[in-house]
Amino acid sequence: MTPNSIFVVTLCILLCLATPAKLEAGERFITLASTTSTQNSGLYDHILPQFTKLSGIQVRVVAVGTGQAIKLARNGDTDVLLVHHKPSEEKFVADGYGVERLDVMYNDFVLVGPKSDPANTGSGSDVVAGFKMIANSNAPFASRGDNSGTHKRERSLWQAAGFKLNSLSGSWYRETGSSMGATLNIASAMRAYALTDRGTWLKFANKGELMVLIEGDERLRNPYGVIIVNPIKHPHVKIKDGQFFADWLVSKAGQKAIAEYRVEGKPAFFPNAATQVEE
Amino acid sequence: MNEFSKAVAVAFQLVLGLDHQLIEIVSLSLQISVLAVIIAAFIGLPLGAAIALFRFPGRMAIVVFFNAFMGLPPVVVGLITYLLLSRSGTLGTLGLLFTPTAMIIAQVILVTPIIAALTRQLIEDLWIEYEDQLRSLGAGPGRAITALLWDGRFSLTTAILAGFGRASAEVGAVMIVGGNIDHVTRVMTTAIALEVSKGDLALALGLGIVLLTLSVSVNGAAFLINETARRRQS
Amino acid sequence: MVSTSILPLQLDNVSFEVRGVRLIKDMSLSFPAGPRTAIIGPNGAGKSLFLRLCHGLLKPTSGVISWATTEDLNPSDAQAMVFQRPVMLRRSVAANIDYALKLRRIERSERIHRIDQVLGRAGLHRLKSQPARTLSFGEQQKLALARAWALKPQILFLDEPTASLDPAATHAVEEIIDAIHAEGAHIILTTHDLGQARRLSDEVIFLHRGRMLERTPSPEFFTQPRNDLAQAFVRGELLWWNLGKDNRKNKLKQSN
Repeated sequence: MTPNSIFVVTLCILLCLATPAKLEAGERFITLASTTSTQNSGLYDHILPQFTKLSGIQVRVVAVGTGQAIKLARNGDTDVLLVHHKPSEEKFVADGYGVERLDVMYNDFVLVGPKSDPANTGSGSDVVAGFKMIANSNAPFASRGDNSGTHKRERSLWQAAGFKLNSLSGSWYRETGSSMGATLNIASAMRAYALTDRGTWLKFANKGELMVLIEGDERLRNPYGVIIVNPIKHPHVKIKDGQFFADWLVSKAGQKAIAEYRVEGKPAFFPNAATQVEE
Repeated sequence: MNEFSKAVAVAFQLVLGLDHQLIEIVSLSLQISVLAVIIAAFIGLPLGAAIALFRFPGRMAIVVFFNAFMGLPPVVVGLITYLLLSRSGTLGTLGLLFTPTAMIIAQVILVTPIIAALTRQLIEDLWIEYEDQLRSLGAGPGRAITALLWDGRFSLTTAILAGFGRASAEVGAVMIVGGNIDHVTRVMTTAIALEVSKGDLALALGLGIVLLTLSVSVNGAAFLINETARRRQS
Repeated sequence: MVSTSILPLQLDNVSFEVRGVRLIKDMSLSFPAGPRTAIIGPNGAGKSLFLRLCHGLLKPTSGVISWATTEDLNPSDAQAMVFQRPVMLRRSVAANIDYALKLRRIERSERIHRIDQVLGRAGLHRLKSQPARTLSFGEQQKLALARAWALKPQILFLDEPTASLDPAATHAVEEIIDAIHAEGAHIILTTHDLGQARRLSDEVIFLHRGRMLERTPSPEFFTQPRNDLAQAFVRGELLWWNLGKDNRKNKLKQSN
């Protein structure tokens, strides 16, 4: 074999290797914009196979922050939106980008922090009081800082505690600008407080010194809604399959699937669809 | 240290157990990066060689531009590609967003400047040696570029490998335009990012070790083939 | 023999400058078909530049270089040049010649024929399919000549073709040059080797600091150069020319 033919053969092997055999399979699918917290909780791995088995429709989940998820849906890049910041979702529908918002489920946020609890927050279930104690003791607090649903909730809690949002910076308040999991990794390493959704927290494997300090406050309730992207704005949206998915989520079967999902024996989400559509 | 030894164990488990999902992710990673690099090479090699040979106004600016773009942040490339491919973007009607094709496009944008810039440098050096002879034989610029690329093939392999390293290691661009969709657009790097965000550092690092091993094997194979061929040529 | 000749090559007042420094000054001369020309002169005289200008690798700053007008032959297709350091492409010996022939759009059967012919004549036939870069320096220079030969040039430029070769390789190269000349090519070579100039040339051009100081038939030049600098050069005494004119004259007197 001459050196030149070695070269040509190598090129051929590379080309064969790269031939996209199954890159674009002609499957029936919809794209769902959702949040990292929902995905990291493992919920989709549990419920989506059930839906696909029933309908033959694959659901491709793009998990990003709530802010980015809404942006994707606004641009028409996904068919369905499932996030957890009710005001933004209602605005999305009001602006004409979504058909309607349906309640699907809720879980709750929890305040986690180091076991030693330097700010002494662990006594009650009043999250606003806990936030005040953290600020007053200058104990480190790790914020998402990414305009996600969790971040938006955290900011409204700070507001409720009487702090101006743009004065929240400095040595103790740290914006990570990343996903929930990444923020928890940082909190774990810095022994900082953080607000997280329960689903992510239950699945999170790198807890280290962190534990749940405040939970159960009504202000920590975290509702999820599903919205189909409006085909009037984006004609290419798979309205029929998207509607099928949304209907299933709020149906008895879908709600049951959500209720059955457990992380370490505990329920991660609570179904709360208003009208349970009969199949 | 404990986390690290756990990660090594996880990596071994993944590889030895021929984990089905791992194979799927690895083969998708390879397909996307290799194809992206091949396309980028078809653009970058002639482009770099042309910049090396031709003198034209604004040439310096283009050289600086490509050199600077070697360090283009993948996230920026991802964002630009997203804006192009989004349904609200210029190429939105193609419906390519969140597909492997979109990831290939992003990586081509990322890798082409690297291959072009390194090719320009290598071919410029080679042209100094060859210019008189090739022009004496009557080779026009087109023929000269072909001959230079062929004669520089052993050094140019390094440029292509640099591009492959970049493509297979980046996460920012494929994350944005691929969406890290399970079974569709999940590749090694986005899977690692996902496991980190789940806090499963051992699994993330294990996947990282697999990626590193893969990268070392590809580079090692390329090096061996290259050296064997080079030794026979001179 | 050659129905359409691109010769004579005509230079009119040719000068060449680099950043305002004139390296070739006001050269006017003509090369008819036929004789072999050796260009000699000290380092920096402009010998290589002169060849490159004639061959068209450099454009003169002023003046005109022209070839005889022919019906359908492009002058650059009837020339070839061999450089001091042979430039071999990273491919086989035969493919190196094939590449040059392809550039001249010569048909495949004719290419195969010519490759066989010149490799045989240059004594490289057994190396035919070996990578060219694995050849010895002398073999590479022979291959460079064979490559030029295959092009059947009407004029062949040789820039110090044996400068880095041992006597045996030099002898082999000179034989090839003679054979190419015997086929009708005009040879213009630069050399430092006065013995080679004597053996391979019919006329000598003596260059000094970018000027042509003398052009004389070889036998006459080597016995009685007209120019005093050429005289000194032939005797091997021009090494100190830059010490100044007076100095030089003194030394000349001494050596006389």
